[in-house]
Amino acid sequence: MKKEYVYRRFERFWHWTQAALIIFLGLTGFEIHGSLRFFGYDQAVRYHNMAATAFLILIAFAIFWHFTTGEWRQYLPTKKNLRAQAEYYIFGIFRNAPHPTRKTVLSKLNPLQKLVYAGLKVLVIPVMVLTGLLTMFYRYPQRYEVLSLNISGLRVIAILHTIGAFLLVAFFIAHLYLITTGNTVTSNLKAMITGYEELSDEDEKKDAPLPTPETGEATV
Amino acid sequence: MKRIVAALVFAGALFGLMSIALHKNSSDITPEERLKELYARKIKPSVDHSIFPQLKKKFKRPQEVTAACISCHNGRAAEVMHSTHWNWERTEYIAGKGIRPLGKKNVLNNFCIGITGNEQSCNKCHIGYGYADAKFNFNDSLNVDCLACHDNTATYTKAVGGAGMPDTSVNLSEVARHVGKPERTDCGTCHFFGGGGNNVKHGDLDKALFDPTREVDVHMASDGEDMQCVDCHTAEKHQMLGKMYSVSSMNRNRVECERCHTSMPHSDDLLNKHTLKVACQTCHIPTYAKVNPTKLHWDWSTAGRLRNGEPFEETDSAGTDVYMSIKGSFIWGRQLKPEYVWFNGTATHYLVGDTFDPSKPLKLNELFGGYDDPDAKIYPVKIHRANQIYDTQYKYLIQPKTVSNRPGDGGYWKEFNWQRAAEEGMKLVNLPYSGKYGFAETEMYWPVNHMVSPKEEAVKCTECHTRENGRLAKLGGFYIPGRDYDPTVEWMGTGIVALTLAGVILHGGARIATRRKRKESK
Repeated sequence: MKKEYVYRRFERFWHWTQAALIIFLGLTGFEIHGSLRFFGYDQAVRYHNMAATAFLILIAFAIFWHFTTGEWRQYLPTKKNLRAQAEYYIFGIFRNAPHPTRKTVLSKLNPLQKLVYAGLKVLVIPVMVLTGLLTMFYRYPQRYEVLSLNISGLRVIAILHTIGAFLLVAFFIAHLYLITTGNTVTSNLKAMITGYEELSDEDEKKDAPLPTPETGEATV
Repeated sequence: MKRIVAALVFAGALFGLMSIALHKNSSDITPEERLKELYARKIKPSVDHSIFPQLKKKFKRPQEVTAACISCHNGRAAEVMHSTHWNWERTEYIAGKGIRPLGKKNVLNNFCIGITGNEQSCNKCHIGYGYADAKFNFNDSLNVDCLACHDNTATYTKAVGGAGMPDTSVNLSEVARHVGKPERTDCGTCHFFGGGGNNVKHGDLDKALFDPTREVDVHMASDGEDMQCVDCHTAEKHQMLGKMYSVSSMNRNRVECERCHTSMPHSDDLLNKHTLKVACQTCHIPTYAKVNPTKLHWDWSTAGRLRNGEPFEETDSAGTDVYMSIKGSFIWGRQLKPEYVWFNGTATHYLVGDTFDPSKPLKLNELFGGYDDPDAKIYPVKIHRANQIYDTQYKYLIQPKTVSNRPGDGGYWKEFNWQRAAEEGMKLVNLPYSGKYGFAETEMYWPVNHMVSPKEEAVKCTECHTRENGRLAKLGGFYIPGRDYDPTVEWMGTGIVALTLAGVILHGGARIATRRKRKESK
């Protein structure tokens, strides 16, 4: 085992800020939806809009970071080991079987993670952003009057946004739990806080399947 | 260290920029304050009518006062005679019916029903003298009642059953010498008492507005802006701004809040965005009939019960009529939440002789509009429901003769005989009466525009954005966040979240359960 610098500073900042924003958007969002009462309706709307704006800014930086570092390749879905990974969570984990995918700095995500994260990034988040922006801006106050986009109501937009919200809640629950399935119960969490994680170094080259992204000065 | 300093400087600069952007100059006068200042200035006229020689005489007949007025204000009577106040009708386009004269002169309502045959009593509120039947001369300027609107002594009243003539108690000479711009007491004498009593018709026009508090009406509050009716209902050449959809159908000549307050009056754009689909009144008049009750239901079918051959009245514990032999039974309400409808400013109107389907409530003045109509907004309304007399064979409403001017003329309020009242009334509107009558359910829509509350009292977000029993619960066909949801999505979404949670708990539990075994095997 060897201590590796897995999550760099921006990556960790992005992850935790995004986590906080999504939790906050979830709370305020479900208050707007009528499922709970906490902040007060008008405050919930205001906070939701502010957090959404902050999230958009974060997304812009994150996209920039992913492309300049080439880290976006981490999320390219693959069929390789997909079945093995699923079988690991269903059977292997109870028998102390080894993780079928070896986590390395150059390939941090197992095939299931790749699939889920890619789904979030190309489907759920864009749908949430688009429907959210439409809800915020389909009416736009001008200097003297309020104008509106020619849409026939919020229903479809709002329902898509709600579907995305439910999926994100489900993801959030699963994500919290899967944190505990690393080498030790806390190793994944520690890694995302400190950036460092003990990675097994055996056969590293053989098991790193992806084309090598140019990660620059990643390691210490 | 350098980095920390740089970060602090950056954060400081950002904070500084934000506070500059968000800072509001406290010396800036807001549009609202500007309006308050404008209407706080009460203009005292420089003319003193009490010293004019033309008015320093003893007036015996009201027409003499009118002649005196016209002797200086020549041409003004002609203006009045072009107004709806005088003609009690205007030419209106009614969708599906074309261009028609519409007004008190010819429409039916579901209160006292209509003026035809009943002019002697109803026309107490006509701004003329002697409109006792259809033969009234609308071209005689001496019959214009200047004092009804311009009395500034608050003593001028018209005689009950006097067809617009002043009450004998009125000191015409005194009133004539104290005239001026119409005050609330002038307008209110008729407009607060329409339908035969205080606040009967509108619900938002109540004698409480003679001297209201801020909570009752933020504009007219005696302890506040003390605005008069004519401050909003302005007039040019005696043509008043504003009209009611009980007697009109077109989107014109309306008094709009936006005229003073603009269509974006809030400092918060979240609220301004609502103005696209929500009328000001909807949020700013949370309740109407705030002080005194208004009539909500009138059942004519129970009229005519007599005790010992005599008509009688019954009142509830608050002293409000709940039964009158001459009119039937009433339901009243006080401090009411309005009902809400989409409204684009146009309405249809039931016209005398229109046939209808008596199996469902007849809307006498249906307001048009819907979510998809770009001109429509959500408006608060009072809906007055009634059971009123109709011809069961010809399937149209009956104009009954209610007022009795002489014995045997069929007036229901003396004879209590619907057959006779229907016969005589229908003769006057030139329609056949089959001899068979019944009572049909009717509805009248009264947009609520007055009794605007202080902003602190405005309707709160969750009164509409709520799943249960919101103010807009009955207004379907469009999506309101917080009120609406898709049941399938809700059910499946909750299901997915619950399954995930259950899966996680089971999986985690299994891991804990197998932990020892795994340790041993290690």
